[in-house]
Formats: sequence, C-alpha cells, structure tokens
Amino acid sequence: MERAPKGLSEETVRYISAKKDEPDWMLQWRLGAFARWQQMREPTWARVHYQKIDYQNAYYYAAPKNTPKKQSLDEVDPKLLETYNKLGIPLHEQMALAGVAVDAVFDSVSVATTFKAKLNEAGVIFCPISEAIRDYPELVKKYLGTVVPVTDNFFATLNSAVFSDGTFVYVPKGVRCPMELSTYFRINASETGQFERTLIVADEGSYVSYLEGCTAPKRDENQLHAAVVELVALEGAEIKYSTVQNWYPGDENGLGGIYNFVTKRGDCRGDRSKISWTQVETGSAITWKYPSCILRGDDTVGEFFSIAIANNFQQADTGTKMIHLGKNTRSRIISKGISAGQANNTYRGLVSVHPKAANARNYTQCDSLLIGAKCGAHTVPYIEARNPSARIEHEATTSKIADDQLFYCLQRGIGQEEAVALIVNGFCKEVLQQLPMEFAVEAQKLVGISLEGSVG
Amino acid sequence: MLDIKNLHVAVGGKEILKGLTLSIAAGEVHAIMGPNGSGKSTLAYLLAGRTGYDITQGSVTYRGEDLNTLAPEERAAKGLFLAMQYPVEIPGVTTLTFLKTALNAQHRARGEKELDAMSVLKFVRKKAEALKVSEDMLKRALNVGFSGGEKKRLEILQMALFEPKLAVLDETDSGLDIDALKLVAEGVNALRSPSRAMLVITHYQRLLNYIVPDRIHVLAQGKIVAEGGKELAHELEAKGYEHIAGKAA
Repeated sequence: MERAPKGLSEETVRYISAKKDEPDWMLQWRLGAFARWQQMREPTWARVHYQKIDYQNAYYYAAPKNTPKKQSLDEVDPKLLETYNKLGIPLHEQMALAGVAVDAVFDSVSVATTFKAKLNEAGVIFCPISEAIRDYPELVKKYLGTVVPVTDNFFATLNSAVFSDGTFVYVPKGVRCPMELSTYFRINASETGQFERTLIVADEGSYVSYLEGCTAPKRDENQLHAAVVELVALEGAEIKYSTVQNWYPGDENGLGGIYNFVTKRGDCRGDRSKISWTQVETGSAITWKYPSCILRGDDTVGEFFSIAIANNFQQADTGTKMIHLGKNTRSRIISKGISAGQANNTYRGLVSVHPKAANARNYTQCDSLLIGAKCGAHTVPYIEARNPSARIEHEATTSKIADDQLFYCLQRGIGQEEAVALIVNGFCKEVLQQLPMEFAVEAQKLVGISLEGSVG
Repeated sequence: MLDIKNLHVAVGGKEILKGLTLSIAAGEVHAIMGPNGSGKSTLAYLLAGRTGYDITQGSVTYRGEDLNTLAPEERAAKGLFLAMQYPVEIPGVTTLTFLKTALNAQHRARGEKELDAMSVLKFVRKKAEALKVSEDMLKRALNVGFSGGEKKRLEILQMALFEPKLAVLDETDSGLDIDALKLVAEGVNALRSPSRAMLVITHYQRLLNYIVPDRIHVLAQGKIVAEGGKELAHELEAKGYEHIAGKAA
C-alpha cells in the first residue's frame, strides 16, 4: 500500500498535499497549520482518560486503500452482518458497506447519477473537498477556516495540516436543496479516512439538510479520528446537520475502539439564519465533541439535539456552545445522556451572551439516564451572560431505569433487552423526532443494539 | 390450571407466605381476600416472576409446568397475566407502541406471526371501545398523566388483548370510584370463559359484588385461614378479618 512516511513532519504535510494535487495556496495553508500545531499542547480538561497518543507513531496518509474486494458476504465478519441485519439494512447496501464487490444488480451508481442530475439542476455543489479545492478554489478560499480557524484547537489544527478528504457543499442563493444530502450517496465516501474535513455553505435564503455518517458500524483500525466540520449560514439561510455515529466502541473490557476528537461549528453569519445540530452518538471509545453555533447575525437561531450513549468502558464528553453575538438571538439545547456498564457520560456546554446581544434567549434541558450502578453521568454547564436582557433557562434531570418499569414490560411479555431499548427510546424521543424519517428508524434500532447486555 | 402447594416465599430474607395451598381450574374465578400485609401482593408478584420473590419451600405448577423455571416474559407468553395494582409510567413511549411491542413479543415467543401497525391498531380499537379507552389515551405516553381509572382500564384492555389463560388481578378496585369500578368489572366479566381462570385479589368485598367469584380464600399472615363460596365475602364484611382469622387460629 502506498502511504506517507511514518510520523508527522513538514514532509508528511507536503506529501499529502502533493498526492491530492493541490494548488500552492492550499499547501501553504496546511504548512501554516502544521507550524502552529507544533507549538500547541493536547487539551486535558475533558473528563476522558486514555493512554497518551504518540503522534509520531502513526501514518497520516494511506491511500488509496486498495483493500481487496471480497467476493461474497461469506467472507465478511459474521458479527458485522448480524448488526446489519438487526438494523434492517437491505442486502445490497450491506454488501457495499462491508466492501463486497457488487455487480450490475447493485443500483447505487444509477441512484447516484439521478441524484447528481437533480442537484446540478438546482445549482447545488456537493463533492469531495479535494475536488472542490481544484474546481471551486474561490469558494473554498473564501470560507475554509473562517468558522474553525486554523489555530482553533489542538485537534482542529492537526486536521488542518493533514486532512485527507471530506465533503464540500454549496447551496446557492434562494435554493432549497431538493433532497437530503448524505455522504452515503457519494461514491468512495467510506474511504475518506481519519482526518475528514467538511465545509457547508448555505447562501442567502437557502436551505439544506445534511446527514453524516452511517448507522452501520465502522470497524476501523485507526485509533484517532480528528474531523473538522464548518457550517456557514448567510442571511435567512438554514442548515440542518444530522449525525449518527456508530464507530467501534472497543470490546466489553474496554480494549480498542476509536478516539473521536471532533470540532464542529456553525456560523449564523447572516441575519435570520438558523443552524440546527442533531447527533446520535453511540460509538467510539472516546467521544470529544461540541457542535456549536455562533449566533452572529441578528434574529439568528441555534439548536442542538443530542443523544449520547456510553456502554461498557466508553467515555463521552460532549455538548455544545451557543455564542450569542447578535440581537434577538435564540438557542435551544436538548441533551439526553445514557450511561450503562462502567461508562462515563459528560454533558459539557457553554451558553455565552455577549454585551451587544440584546434580548438573547436560551433554553437548555439536560437529562441523564443511568443503567446499572457502576456508570456515571456528569453535567457541566457554563453560562456567561454579559447583557442584562438575556434570558437563560437550564433544566437538568438524572434518572434510572426503574425496576418496576422493567418488571412491567417483562410481565407483558417484552424481554429484557427489548424493554431497555423501548424505555431508552422513550427517554430520547424529543431528539429522535428531529432526525429525518429514514434515519430515525435506524437510529431507534441502534439505541437498542448499543445497550445490549447492559442489564442483568 | 394453577396448583400451589405448601408455598413458602421470602422477600429480602423475610418469609411472607408460609405454607399456602390453592388450586384453580380452568373456567373458575377465585378471590383472595385479606388484610394489609397478609401477603396478597407477594403472591401476585411471585406468580408473575418478579425478582426478589423467592420460593423457599413448596411448589407452583401452571398448566403442568413448574412456574419457577420460567422467566417472567415466558410466563406472559404462556398466558399468565397480572393486572397490576400500580401500573407504571413509561415516558416517551406511546400506549399504542407499548401494546404493539408487547403483543408482538408474545406472538414471537409462541412462534406466531407478528402483526403490523395497522392490524394492531384495528385490534386495539375493537377492544378499546367497550372499556372507554380513548384514541387520545392510546396516543399518550404509557400511563403518564393517566387518572387512576384510566390506568386500571388500560390494564383490563391489555388483558382483553393478550387473552390470557390465567389472569391475576391485584387490587384492581383500589383507587376507583363506583362508576369506574363498574366499568372495569364489566370488562373483566366479559372475559370470563370456560378456558380461562382468574384470581382476583382484593382487600374489600365491594369488588366481589360485581365480579362474583366461585371460591373465596382468606389470607392472613401468609396462610389461607378460611375458604368458602361467594357468601364468605359478606360474612367478612360484616364481622371483619380479625374474627375469621382469629377463629381459624
């Protein structure tokens, strides 16, 4: 396999940029990020514990992954297939996900083609970011790094230096994107690697809904994932960004699993714009993730709906930041944390109202559900109000699945695991309702699967 | 149908039932009456298989099987139903979703075909009307914000839907006014059948005016202390538990 030399150096950065056939400005941008990263230190404030990562003992570019195509599903890990079946994923999709060579029966190519035609008609750009850097340099230059600056934080800066690929979306003025955009329909999307970079720009008065990830488990050998997602909503635009993350969480003993250090931020740059984040986080050994909204324009709206499930030895430290800069800005946070086994789940959120943000309003609701006696739930809300007209509400609850709830279900014939899934799905309902229909069904099943074996 | 022999049950190491013997045949309705703390609810929970209720001596045979070897959900699938004294709330789960999940779990366990959402809705609607369980109740989260009467009606609706072989009704009359009580009793009576046995547990004789039992057993301090026909309820009402229990002792 073709890959960059081990470790991280200027040479690695140049290698990646050359492989991607990038223009010089992009290389300079990466090098700037790398120089900065060398001055930075890994943050330690999150409630997560892990062995120190040796950044010099990793490969930063290994592509294209010429993994031999499997000839049939018989060659695929049966445990993986079992999960696909539980999720109700159709057979041809299972094959694509598991990397099985598919013949003409598989219609994903034609689906993708009709897809492309429709988007072209609407003028929506939806392509790999490496392609956008070559084909739409002016757009990329104008917006890349403007929401998450190159210097933002240790992991974002690392991503800026070595990102391998990702997604670019541009929705022109006044256009309502004719369909939900999902990387699933982008060919080779599963090969984008561990340092993904996503940039979505919604021009004035436009609307786009973007679905990230796939509910199928990703058995990735890569330990460290450090993605960056930037959203820009101009005047009157709306972006809805939904994630279902189900990466390998490690085994029942806490061995292995993905470290997921992600920086996601949206900028409501124009007046009356809106950004809404919905996330269902069930995978990864460690999740460090705070999808945020900068409410820069007047009358802008930021939303964050989150379900975070941590089972066995998983650790999740996740939440959001709502930065109110403009007048009459509103934000809403609904967070549902579920901990089982020996897992720890932390909600960490910031609501900040700046002096000029007159009449800012925030409503926050953080609910935690505990399953068993060895897990933990923590809520760390930071609130800064520097304008006297701000109205900020925070509600938090912690509960357990009660014995009598479980017994009631059992008595009616519902088995233990189905009962837990039912009760937890009820607990998460407000967030699940935010997901696009086709995603919601799979997400509900995923909630059940992630908690299997957590009771009894 | 149900054969209980010399049953001793401990809860948290404390013996609550101390040698209870009882037998119910298909088609019969039996009542267990007794004062608070006599072990009535313990018997109900034990039959349903709640954890923490342990048989220390004796046996319970249900349709020829040792009940103790079956998990609670297996008992349910095999036709044992417990109408609970305090039905629990499950926030965020609509009543209809719960009913569908339970019905299909039982069907699956018995190797029967599962029902789709439409068939469940039709089936539920058909049974719900008689019990005045409204569409609105079906859409609300299970038991959340339900009145006492609504909760008990929903329990009987479930009994009608699951068509159990043995139904145990634990203090179904508690918290009901007279109109609600009549409605619930009518629902129960409609389910009386030659192939079904019922065990009605109650503190008061009042319920037995509406659900008239074939046999009454009086439970005191973990044992059956008196047995008789339906007239025993009136004697109890007139003379009190102490009189009967005292006479037996």
